[in-house]
Amino acid sequence: MSVLVYTESDQGKFKKAAFEVASYAKEVANQLGTTVTAVAINADNTAELGNYGVDKVLNVSADALKDFNAKAYAATLHQAAANEDAKVVIVSSSADSKTLAPILAVNLEAGYASNVVAAPTSTSPFTVKRTAFTNKAFNMTEINSDVKVVGVSNNAFGLVENSGAAAAEAFAPNLDDSLFGVKVDSVDKVTGKVTIADADVVVSAGRGLKGPENWGMVEELADVLGAATACSKPVSDLGWRPHGEHVGQTGKPVASNLYIAIGISGAIQHLAGINASKVKVVINTDPEAPFFKAADYGVVGDAFEVVPQLIEKLKEFKANNA
Amino acid sequence: MKILVCISHVPDTTSKINFTEGDTKFDTNGVQFVINPNDEFGLTRAMWFKEKQGASVDVVNVGGAETEPTLRKALAIGADKAIRVNAEATDGFFVAKQLAAVVKDGGYDLVIAGRESIDYNGGMVPGMLAELTSANFINNCISLEVEGTAATAMREIDGGKETSKTALPLVIAGQKGLVEESDLRIPNMRGIMMARKKPLTVIDAIDTAQETSAVKFEKPAPKGAVKLVDAGNIDELIDLLHNEAKVI
Repeated sequence: MSVLVYTESDQGKFKKAAFEVASYAKEVANQLGTTVTAVAINADNTAELGNYGVDKVLNVSADALKDFNAKAYAATLHQAAANEDAKVVIVSSSADSKTLAPILAVNLEAGYASNVVAAPTSTSPFTVKRTAFTNKAFNMTEINSDVKVVGVSNNAFGLVENSGAAAAEAFAPNLDDSLFGVKVDSVDKVTGKVTIADADVVVSAGRGLKGPENWGMVEELADVLGAATACSKPVSDLGWRPHGEHVGQTGKPVASNLYIAIGISGAIQHLAGINASKVKVVINTDPEAPFFKAADYGVVGDAFEVVPQLIEKLKEFKANNA
Repeated sequence: MKILVCISHVPDTTSKINFTEGDTKFDTNGVQFVINPNDEFGLTRAMWFKEKQGASVDVVNVGGAETEPTLRKALAIGADKAIRVNAEATDGFFVAKQLAAVVKDGGYDLVIAGRESIDYNGGMVPGMLAELTSANFINNCISLEVEGTAATAMREIDGGKETSKTALPLVIAGQKGLVEESDLRIPNMRGIMMARKKPLTVIDAIDTAQETSAVKFEKPAPKGAVKLVDAGNIDELIDLLHNEAKVI
């Protein structure tokens, strides 16, 4: 009857989102008067999950799950849910979790609510608040099925420390060959760089930068802040930056603590995609740019003057506050 | 190869979002509806398979009669025929079950959907459809090649890309990158004229449960005014971010 949570890891290390969904699962378990069981797949240090209120960990260690495989991962969670008689299954909004969740929902005959930003407002009917219309609105969604799958947005619920036993138990799913109809051939991933999904800070730039050759200062600013870099749609359409950096309605969503927009006017589609970020800073020469209406802090000025200054001042700040 | 492209009928990306009937319904007043952008990338890729590999391309939508102009637009872009499942699309699982019935009935080899609709942003229909039809599934698909029954697909992952080998039957959830923005097609007059004569079949929905329901909508709280910092006083910005916003 416990709440089941999938705590995702990468190269054996839990992602930040794993601790956030564990925190969320603990809140749901409290509301339901039950415990939290996490499923960890090929993760190293499952004891860490105890800090976020996980009572039990089903520890899956399987070579077959070395590469992500949506159906095999969903089958693992399905079997774990059956094992625990779980009625609520919590996943994150990572690319992989969003891929496996719909399959898992079918396996469990469960209603699935994605992009959930807050703890359930009621457990009967089970009601959650989620974003819709690409962050231009929220909707309250009731999940009516017996088993429920909840996908929690990144950086919305936050980390809540708790103590749990995180008692690890080996769990060996039964993985049929038929699950492996998709085989990973190669992965092209930048290592050692924070991703837009995981970043606390995102530094983003637009056409105001005039050309791809001017991105050095954007990357330097991101380095100083430990931030991910992103860009507006025109910039990715022009091929100045890779598609993977495009944030906005048809690009990646951003839900960072701090979003810095440099030379981005703030088209409605862009603002929708980054609206879930908590604090927004805009740097733009045009005081009439729509972004100023959506931002918390603004600097009217030339990016080529403001950004280098900001880099210098931040370096000083970091040195003094190290 | 028989391709089915799933088309969502969504408000244009520039639409102002408002609600009506006590914030329980989306206010369609004055709203321009379009093919969901993620689906349009998929439809454009499907046209490539049609023109280069002789595939047939059907389009499907789960929705009321008001969605037909959007299906006609897909026909004008070049799809062969359209199917509308006559039901209101609210719960993703419900929609996926409707589409699964269409896929099984039509014997499609490849189903192309978008990674999410830009209205409900559920992001669940393609994955559910793949599971319900025992097809392989590629989410966030940014490249797809098919030779015979073998397929090579690339998907966007957090921080990079992943290339996989798979096979038909296959469901992909496409997004920008599957084709470039500049590849998108605006229907020409000939396409629009031909679309009027192409079949648009309306079928009844199968009877199945709504597992979720959107009971109420709300808009984000209005934002306070922006605090402007002088370009010559970046120290103040850092001070605000550190002491007031507490984000650095």
